[in-house]
Amino acid sequence: MTRTPALRLSGLEPLIIGKGSSFMMVGERTNVTGSPKFSKLIIAGDYETALSVARQQVESGANILDVNVDEGMLDSEAVMETFLNLLAADPEISRVPIMIDSSKWSVLEKGVKCLQGKSILNSISLKDGEETFLKRARLAQRYGAAVIVMAFDEEGQAATKEDKVRICTRAYRLLVDKIGFDPEDIIFDPNILTVATGIEEHNNYAVDFIEAVREIKATLPGAKTSGGLSNISFSFRGNNPVREAMHSAFLYHAISAGLDMAIVNAGMLEVYEEIKPELLIMVEDVLLNRRPDATERLVDYAEGLKAVGGDPKEQKAEQAWRSGTVEERLQHALIKGIVDYIDEDTEEARVKLGRPLLVIEGPLMDGMRIVGDLFGVGKMFLPQVVKSARVMKKAVAFLTPFMEAEKAAASDTSSAKKILMATVKGDVHDIGKNIVGVVLACNGYEVVDLGVMVPCDKILAAAKEHKVDIIGLSGLITPSLDEMVHVAREMKRANFDLPLLIGGATTSPAHTAVKIAGEYQHPVIHVLDASRVVGVAAELLSEDRKDAYHLQVEANHKRLREEHAGKRAKGDLLPLDVARENITPIDWAKADLAVPEKTGVLTFDEIPLAELVEYFDWSPFFAAWEMRGRYPGLLSDPEIGAQATELHQDALKVLETIVKEKRFRVRGVCALWPANRVGDDVELYANTQRSSVIGKFHMLRQQNKKPAGQPNYSLADFIAPRDSGRIDTIGGFAVTAGPEVGEYADSFQNNHDDYTSLLVKAIGDRFAEAAAEWLHKQCRDLWGFGKTENLTKEEFIREKYRGIRPAAGYPAGPDHTEKWELFRLLDATKHTGITLTESLAMNPASSVSGLYFAAPESRYFAVGKLGRDQIEDYAKRKGMPVAEVEKWLGPYLQYDPDAELVGVCMPGVLNS
Amino acid sequence: MITTLPNHESDALLRELFTRRIALLDGAMGTMIQRHPLTEEDFRGERFKNHGHDLKGNNDILSITRPDVIKGIHRGYFDAGSDVVETNTFSTTTVSQADYGLEGAVREINLAGAKVAREAADEFMAANPGRRVFVAGAVGPTNRTASMSPDVNNPGYRAVNFDGLVISYAEQIEALLDGGVDLLLLETVFDTLNLKAAIFACEEVFEKRGMRWPIILSVTITDASGRTLSGQTVEAFWNSVRHSKPLAVGINCALGAAEMRPYIEELSNIADCYISCYPNAGLPNAFGGYDQTAAEMAALVGDFAAQGWINLLGGCCGSTPEHIAAIAEAVRLHPPRKP
Repeated sequence: MTRTPALRLSGLEPLIIGKGSSFMMVGERTNVTGSPKFSKLIIAGDYETALSVARQQVESGANILDVNVDEGMLDSEAVMETFLNLLAADPEISRVPIMIDSSKWSVLEKGVKCLQGKSILNSISLKDGEETFLKRARLAQRYGAAVIVMAFDEEGQAATKEDKVRICTRAYRLLVDKIGFDPEDIIFDPNILTVATGIEEHNNYAVDFIEAVREIKATLPGAKTSGGLSNISFSFRGNNPVREAMHSAFLYHAISAGLDMAIVNAGMLEVYEEIKPELLIMVEDVLLNRRPDATERLVDYAEGLKAVGGDPKEQKAEQAWRSGTVEERLQHALIKGIVDYIDEDTEEARVKLGRPLLVIEGPLMDGMRIVGDLFGVGKMFLPQVVKSARVMKKAVAFLTPFMEAEKAAASDTSSAKKILMATVKGDVHDIGKNIVGVVLACNGYEVVDLGVMVPCDKILAAAKEHKVDIIGLSGLITPSLDEMVHVAREMKRANFDLPLLIGGATTSPAHTAVKIAGEYQHPVIHVLDASRVVGVAAELLSEDRKDAYHLQVEANHKRLREEHAGKRAKGDLLPLDVARENITPIDWAKADLAVPEKTGVLTFDEIPLAELVEYFDWSPFFAAWEMRGRYPGLLSDPEIGAQATELHQDALKVLETIVKEKRFRVRGVCALWPANRVGDDVELYANTQRSSVIGKFHMLRQQNKKPAGQPNYSLADFIAPRDSGRIDTIGGFAVTAGPEVGEYADSFQNNHDDYTSLLVKAIGDRFAEAAAEWLHKQCRDLWGFGKTENLTKEEFIREKYRGIRPAAGYPAGPDHTEKWELFRLLDATKHTGITLTESLAMNPASSVSGLYFAAPESRYFAVGKLGRDQIEDYAKRKGMPVAEVEKWLGPYLQYDPDAELVGVCMPGVLNS
Repeated sequence: MITTLPNHESDALLRELFTRRIALLDGAMGTMIQRHPLTEEDFRGERFKNHGHDLKGNNDILSITRPDVIKGIHRGYFDAGSDVVETNTFSTTTVSQADYGLEGAVREINLAGAKVAREAADEFMAANPGRRVFVAGAVGPTNRTASMSPDVNNPGYRAVNFDGLVISYAEQIEALLDGGVDLLLLETVFDTLNLKAAIFACEEVFEKRGMRWPIILSVTITDASGRTLSGQTVEAFWNSVRHSKPLAVGINCALGAAEMRPYIEELSNIADCYISCYPNAGLPNAFGGYDQTAAEMAALVGDFAAQGWINLLGGCCGSTPEHIAAIAEAVRLHPPRKP
């Protein structure tokens, strides 16, 4: 097993900083030299309040906590020991790794002896010579600690880029070559020094730091970089708006240069994009040393900074339905999904009926029954149901304190049947699952929602703990199918007898029947969409009908398994070499190869939201709400047009707020690389001279028999082959609507508003897709042919332009693991914050990645079933064990990989 | 240019064994000792006849006072198929023996524990040519924790500190190596800071002796929270101790194999060395005894082997030579994990 090299820290929980990690914040407030408040507390011996400072930093998002008690009046060693021992007793704080910060080695050593986690010693340096430096580094190895190495040597502190890099390089070589120090455990601090001091030599300090970071990251493999941020703005003490702007602008540039972490006041960082444009220009003039009078201009501007604020208020009109009885009003509110009066109406009903439970069991449940019935007969649609559920939830939330006061009532609530819902481990998608949960809740089920990325053992434990009646699993990407099989297997092993529901975009009745149901002897049922789930749950839990239903499901599964076996047995695939003979015919000698203006990586840190709205494709948005049809025709559909229009109006309102308040920050990265096809692979080159291969994408080819004249497509076909003598280009991209989508959605969910929460998530997905389209447009413009395409909005959405944008994991290239290479080449995690889960789902969920092809002949297709010969060839090309390729491509295999392994004790042998 | 210490010959031999097949550790020592009706006099023997403190229950001193019993237990495990047995020295540090007033006898008990296991191993190899078996010096967690306070009203207090643990562990490790053990097993770790002190002590002793012995680390996950007693998750634990570059890392005690399964799976996914595991024979019954049969336990850990997670398997509390024999049979056909 090879593990990616990374800095692996820990408190009570692990923290991994490696290639593709996001920027880490080291909380600075627990530092007596930087925080007068903390200093006073420590000197006074008020450790309890001092701990609350630490807790506040962690709660504000600090990934690591810097602890410094260097104070002349104190016995720093003893204070360090006491403070760290107390800190260890608080599990909220000690969750994160500690950076022990002192100018005295004895204090660092005292500190590291108090911590069970893997910590950072801040710092050691060459200040006292090589011998002392190496002696301390050796001890750090023995204590199992990482080290901050300051850019200091026997001559003093390095201020210029050249000196910083020279000293860090010397330290690195000593550590790595002389004592075998793990380079991942070295964190260089190349000294953030104060700018805008009025002294001319200081003007380039920020640039020197940023450029030193860039050089260190490029030339010293594995090493990390850090710095103490607040130094940079020391000249503006007392002027927090300017300091904060300087901090976030400086970090923005330093992070782009490769800075891995910085000691910052967690929770006080301004968002770069929210810095006022004129302030930003002045701050960047200073930081980037862009003009000689930069400091004076910023000082002048800082004087005039004033804050402004104010909230406009809205008014609402009274309507006719308000004149009915309270029961009628509650029913109306539920069916129409109106929350405006729910608290006052609920209170009125509670007073009228006498007990909170009677309100729930009476008018509220009556209203929801009507909603359930209307939905059941197709007279209400999902968005409306979800809105109704929001009204119900708010009413219940209002009544809960009354019910708690009335203890006796509480025991009555447990009679509802319980359904556990979870998106499986490795998957982050939850819109569908949440909709199903809402529909179930509307029909009187109690839903235990475990969220996303839920490991199997948590699911099983929660099922036992909550005594649920049904378990429901959801997943969107293909690797989640394997995880569902795993859960089924574990349920059998643990002797569960609960029914298992399977749902989500890649799940299917066939996969459920063939792969999952066989692993578990109790009912396993594929649920196509939210409209089916209530019927299925009712059958499964009905004492009279459940056995008959199970038999019916089993019979259905048997049929599906037979059909599936029949398909496999046919084996009507072409041998790979024959399929390769029939590639897409393109005359490369004459082909019009687009030559891009430039190649390499382009990053977009904030794609303007308003511009993206222009690229919105609304049809999938409606599909998420189970309203199928093409937008905008859907809005005038005789059957669902009215509801679709209402949903659209609600969505537009939320969208407007998102755009106006800049709720999302859409980030993207794309690149064009010189490339050629070699076999079914596409090689990427550093330049058009093809002097070095920087990466490789591996493509799969259709193997089904084709009518004459139709090629066996592979995406590789659309790139000029190397032996054509001509150089082609391929593009790659990754975009995300950011973690803000989930955070914003959660703010509604926490307020019992699932409807808006789901709207926000569905809109987040639209932003990500629109950004992929927007970036594609930038790339086509770079290629040149985009500039003259003159498409209407409709034509854009129908992708009437030249070229395609296939994504890994989708039909033309079903292998999700190609994302590793794409992410590596784009450095996508660094540029966008998107990470890949163990199942290769992109996190945050509203993210898209893929490739750009420019050939006019390029087109979308489905690769279909794959033969063993192609899988073995593909595994060899990728340098991946066959079994692993089979795991990732399971649903696409034409053969059953397990069938032929029976009786072999050493499956590993087959792969070698 | 990097100066590294040479490895003891057992390092290469153990690596060869772990690559070739799943190796077997022994089972419980305490459980087996309980099968003998031993009295206070048995524990005291001649050596501690006049000691001023009750000694019954201080199992480690039986290596001096009833070496026949201890050697018989080791022999039983070798006969059942164990490749590695642990010395009867779990509590032989000055920190732990302080409870019995036997701090002064710690070196002597460790030497005796190493000697009796060494003899059992050498006799077994003489009788079974072609079998190479190993003696692991057992280094327990001590009965005090360096990162937790025993006094809820005084969370900053510590009953033992890092420096004190390093001295105590170094003394035990020196004696075990002098007694001829092949490797060190730092086990039943419930506070990672204690283990980090033990690792530090190993490094000091190795440097002094100019040679490295293989070490195996074994952590205890206390309950279904998936954490150590000191609160770390499995991965946080591993990050804290991977600098020791152990031969293997694993989990033992507190849980039965069924409960241990997700943590072994996780550790196997994250650690880049060999993986060991020796669970209890199930969870304790109402009387503190263990009821899981050899066949039940073998089926559970056999599944770990089938999953490809394991290089070294054994048993902790409640397990016996019958359990080891059943496990040996259950894993015989499964290949070892490749780190």
